[in-house]
Amino acid sequence: MPEEFRLILKYADQPGYTPDMECYLRHGGYEALKKALAIQPKTLPDGKTMSGPEQIREDVKVSGLRGRGGAGFSCGLKWSFVDRKSGKPIYLICNADESEPGTFKDRQILHKDPHQMIEGMIISCFANDVKLAYIYIRGEFPEGARILNRALKEAREKNFLGKNILGSGYDLEIHVHRGAGAYICGEETGLIESLEGKRAYPRIKPPYFPAILGLYMCPTIVNNVETLCHVKHVVMMGGAEYAKIGTPNNTGTRIVSVSGQVKKPGYYEVEVGKATMGQLINDFAGGLFEGRKLKAVIPGGSSAKVFKAGEKFKLKKKGPDGKDIEHEVDMLDLPYDFDSLMAAGSMSGSGAIIVMDDSTDIVEALANLSEFYAHESCGQCTPCREGSLWMSKTLHRMTHGQGRKQDADYLLKIADNIPGGRTICAFGEACSWPVQSFVGKFKDEFIAKGEADEAKGEADEAKRAAASSGAGPTAELKIAASPNH
Amino acid sequence: MVFARWFWTVKATGWRCIRSDFYMSFSVPAQLEAELNELVTHYPQKRSASLMFLHAIQEHFGYVSKEAIEWIAGKLELQPINVYELVTFYPMFRQEPAGKFQIKVCRTLSCALGGSHKLHKHFCEKLGLDSHAHGVQTTKDGKYSVEFVECLASCGTAPVMMCNEDFYEGVSNAKADEILGRCK
Repeated sequence: MPEEFRLILKYADQPGYTPDMECYLRHGGYEALKKALAIQPKTLPDGKTMSGPEQIREDVKVSGLRGRGGAGFSCGLKWSFVDRKSGKPIYLICNADESEPGTFKDRQILHKDPHQMIEGMIISCFANDVKLAYIYIRGEFPEGARILNRALKEAREKNFLGKNILGSGYDLEIHVHRGAGAYICGEETGLIESLEGKRAYPRIKPPYFPAILGLYMCPTIVNNVETLCHVKHVVMMGGAEYAKIGTPNNTGTRIVSVSGQVKKPGYYEVEVGKATMGQLINDFAGGLFEGRKLKAVIPGGSSAKVFKAGEKFKLKKKGPDGKDIEHEVDMLDLPYDFDSLMAAGSMSGSGAIIVMDDSTDIVEALANLSEFYAHESCGQCTPCREGSLWMSKTLHRMTHGQGRKQDADYLLKIADNIPGGRTICAFGEACSWPVQSFVGKFKDEFIAKGEADEAKGEADEAKRAAASSGAGPTAELKIAASPNH
Repeated sequence: MVFARWFWTVKATGWRCIRSDFYMSFSVPAQLEAELNELVTHYPQKRSASLMFLHAIQEHFGYVSKEAIEWIAGKLELQPINVYELVTFYPMFRQEPAGKFQIKVCRTLSCALGGSHKLHKHFCEKLGLDSHAHGVQTTKDGKYSVEFVECLASCGTAPVMMCNEDFYEGVSNAKADEILGRCK
């Protein structure tokens, strides 16, 4: 079994480790920033010179660092899209709106080791010539916001922030901005709108790619808390060295949040791709409770498509001769990385595994998630606003004894009509994927529930008719042919 | 409706005279106003500060009144609707006072698997509230309000909850009683 590999959370849980500046400095804090600021311009073989910030950007590209927020997009590539010739200021926003159900990794960093994130953020700002940056923290983290404000104040006092940072001539200011309970603020363009003081309505891409037209219509970078922490380590150890951690194309470590019906739920930092889903659930998280059997696993936060226990996937693997060999993998043997889960039709998303055992009613579980999405849809696009609510209402009906056997197909029909370019942002996908996968993979349970409810309804009807016999004709109030709602 | 009527009055009768009325009936302590003035300097555009303003106002007054909306709009050079639409969009803002102690139980999947519905019911029964009712419920004496909220991002220690700004993990019924006992 692979061991935990603590890079980001190396000190966070050590006894006596506190979130203040002194403690961070005692543990080698802000050394990476000093190193970054001291990088000298380099002359390339073709005679061009490469400035310090350019070298950091290149290093991040070499490191293969991928975003830890959900999409798993290459961080170096994201930075390379930034429009640097517009003459407008470039902004950087740290997305600390951690709100994907199942995820609780950023909470640990923000509350236990805020300076690590701030250091990573300052380096990222320096590398991208950012003079003003924001930390967008969700409203439900009031303590986190206080800790961050305190940490920023300490950083200003030590001149890690402010004017002429450590005599380098580089100026930077970072402010904390609090959200107010809307999940959609985790979507980067929604977040930008929210930071501009508006409703968090995501913007349509094109043209509003944050790298070109972001905050105040200026080029903007939005990075997750964990991603920014990794930047610090990339600079500290060098991109090539960093890329040796993890597996090819899935470099570095990842904090995986495991929750649900396991003995030891919690966060486990592992090398990306070195542990399988099964190891994370059964070894790290202590496995299922006694006498229970695995039923389903959501691998990457609530928006990811669910896996059914025993599900098999055909994955391609490079053989010794360099050719792709197809081999069958059980769901639990999937390496927990970006690419394998994507190949298996789901995603590692924000790195959150939710485990459900055989005591879980799968219809109830989906009803819970659908209620979340119906509550959180921003309401901008009709398919998402209406569809998420319809799905939630149907599932509510199903979990309150009024299911019908046609409901499974009905749910799929709604879910299939939300995503695929019909909505401005990916929330449309996020709300329909759970429904498509839950109903698709556990269809018999949905149908059985509907049939049981229908049978019970008919029996009640017969009882009512029998009880009122002889007292005139019974009222036929129930509309018979209405299978579609 | 009250707001809409008031808004039309503003439109019909001219802006400034009405606004000065509200300044009289709604005042923000000097220290808070100084803090808010400082917040505005964090942003290149004043409007950006509106969420932070709403947080500060709600923290101080317990809720966001229409006078407060007007005041913020005046301060940030916005129309009241620009602020009002935030109050109705973001779940954390409320337009009427809630209980002195606000109990927010996480409702989303991991917490539900960990027993958050039982916990919510326990609070409701203990405080004489209806566990099936929708939205925020406040006790008659105005001391407690109980509501379900969406994921609080601590799924590994389900069920979790917040009481005002304090966060609690792995809340059993006994722990819930303890939390209530501390609400004084």
